Amino acid sequence: MTPIIKVENLSKQYRIGSRQASYATLRTSLAEMARAPMKHLRRNGRSPAETIWALKDVSFEVMLGEVVGIIGRNGAGKSTLLKILSRITEPTSGGVDLHGRVGSLLEVGTGFHAELTGRENIYLNGAILGMKKTEIDHKFDEIVAFAEIERFIDTAVKHYSSGMYMRLAFSVAAHLEPEILLVDEVLAVGDSAFQRKCLGKMGDVAKEGRTVLFVSHNMSAVQSLCKRAIWLQDGKVKKDGQSDYVVAQYLKNRTDSTQEKTWDEVEKAPGNELVRLRSVCILPEKGNAIDILSVRTPFTIEVDYVTLKEGMRLNISMLLYNQERTCVFASTTVDETKWDGKPFPLGLFRSVCQIPGNLLNEGIYSIALLIVKDTTLPIHSEEDALVFEVHDDGSGRGDWYGKWPGVVRPNLEWHTDFVSSLDS
Amino acid sequence: MSENILGPVAEPTSANQSQAQAQQRDPHELPVVRIRPSRKWVALNLRDLWSYRELLYFLTWRDVKVRYKQTAFGAAWAIIQPIFSMLIFALFFGKLAGMPSDGIPYPIFAFVGLLPWTFFANAVTASGNSLVGSSNLITKVYFPRMIIPGAAVAAGLVDFAIAFMILALLMAYYAVTVTWSILLLPLLVILTAVLAVGVGMWTSALNVKYRDVRHALPFLVQLWFFATPIVYPTSIVPAKWRWLMALNPMSGIIDGYRAALLGREFDIRGLLTSTAITVVLLVYGAYTFRRMEKTFADIV
Repeated sequence: MTPIIKVENLSKQYRIGSRQASYATLRTSLAEMARAPMKHLRRNGRSPAETIWALKDVSFEVMLGEVVGIIGRNGAGKSTLLKILSRITEPTSGGVDLHGRVGSLLEVGTGFHAELTGRENIYLNGAILGMKKTEIDHKFDEIVAFAEIERFIDTAVKHYSSGMYMRLAFSVAAHLEPEILLVDEVLAVGDSAFQRKCLGKMGDVAKEGRTVLFVSHNMSAVQSLCKRAIWLQDGKVKKDGQSDYVVAQYLKNRTDSTQEKTWDEVEKAPGNELVRLRSVCILPEKGNAIDILSVRTPFTIEVDYVTLKEGMRLNISMLLYNQERTCVFASTTVDETKWDGKPFPLGLFRSVCQIPGNLLNEGIYSIALLIVKDTTLPIHSEEDALVFEVHDDGSGRGDWYGKWPGVVRPNLEWHTDFVSSLDS
Repeated sequence: MSENILGPVAEPTSANQSQAQAQQRDPHELPVVRIRPSRKWVALNLRDLWSYRELLYFLTWRDVKVRYKQTAFGAAWAIIQPIFSMLIFALFFGKLAGMPSDGIPYPIFAFVGLLPWTFFANAVTASGNSLVGSSNLITKVYFPRMIIPGAAVAAGLVDFAIAFMILALLMAYYAVTVTWSILLLPLLVILTAVLAVGVGMWTSALNVKYRDVRHALPFLVQLWFFATPIVYPTSIVPAKWRWLMALNPMSGIIDGYRAALLGREFDIRGLLTSTAITVVLLVYGAYTFRRMEKTFADIV
């Protein structure tokens, strides 16, 4: 089957350097030509400046009906890729084959003119995006209804609130019906109601069987809307595969987390003459192929420590803090069956704690550890022993992609019953 | 950005292949667009321009609508420029300096030249700045960029049409006999527009790279005005320098307007020379534009 988009060794080079290099003036160009005519001709008039490869040898194929997410850090080349696919800028080398009409949503409200009315801007923007006048006539009422601006359709757009403006702009673009749709982070603007609407529409478009390339930083949206994701890093394809897997790899790479710390030399380890830490680590549930901490999966905390004095009765205390430095909970080994209340011999001990899934909300957490003697005397405390991130895996949210509120995120059971009708 | 000399096409070879492997929904039967880095000489891509013709209409319509929004005088501004120019020139050149005007009353002699010139000058200036002014479109949407200077020229035609009504009034006032030569007027208008488009494409493309153009353009248009026999007749130019005048395409065109509207004799040679130069400028402007187009989005 022929792919609907075929990208082969696509590369784009940009010249960077002093700004003068791009806004040349005739005077400087002529002066350069006079000074060194041969040099100018050979270099074709360009001053030697640094170049960067925004994209380098990017290759992939997209089949009809696929919804592919493009993720990566800022500057990875995602927008450049979409610009080339939209024919706005040219590749330096390599090529793309596109089968079908391309609709690009690189910006919401392209070409909108403040002095024109909503009605006039719908036609203008629609024409700019590539719709024919008859098509716009046909869809006019739908566009106005989706944007919810029936009353203001004949007012100049400069009088619209920013929300109305966004809704109208997105509405026009949402009614494009190209075979290939390229969307670039337009969904990051606007309030949450607007974003919800946009993503809902994106979902519909995907279900209609159109081919969509979706650049976004909203990982839950990418995981839910796209079956496949391509991770771009420094202009190259880092990973290309199932969206769950690629997103997980990307997030793992991105987080500045300390999920494990080990101190091999006892003298240098944190602690004192009574006890010293050996290692602390956090482990996602074994057998979890995705290998990042998500809101659903349980994980364990392991603390290895060495006792340096015999016969102490020790407890480990763990405090979990979220990003706002709120203490989510504190937990200790006080009711632990094997060693609680018993004197510890000299040696290496390991305390393990299981944190269940469906407890923590997404976010960055840090753990503070306290080693306590005789249940009341803290003998060592370790702030920020571990820092880790819990990710939203996109489940249990229906079609809503905003930030889930709450410090904790239990998965509670709800029951709904029909009680009675209103007549009686 | 095209892949072969004819512009983006559904390659015949792939169409044959696709017929052989027909699937339930053929992406292969949809038009293929091949994006490749373009070589030195790019195709004009007229097919693409034709499929985007509606956008030309919309951009022109936008320019015209926006121009007079929230103005008190509205479209009257379209006629103020040629009328006042005419009055000033009639006073200083016609009356005070005693400029000859080939036997025609000076005011109408000047106005017949000023009207198309105003259109041409405004069209060239507007299209010269059009690409830089539409940078928000160029960096976000694809459409053949030639439409932008084209729309600027087309918007000028609307003003021309409005001001033409004043010309009609003047012709009635001066009891000018209308001859059959007036039928050539539409052709002259087209020729003027084509010249404006050719020059406009060239200057707008240059302006993206060299912003000096924006500053140089009004000044150059001013010089061009005096180099064209608008407020003076060609007859005051000594015969041995007439060939130099003929190099200016607008000379032949303005003389053509005078001939068409005022029943003068047509200078066929002059008109043909102007037409030839116009066509050359159009082609050159178009190819320069296409060659520079690939960098527009990157440097605008």
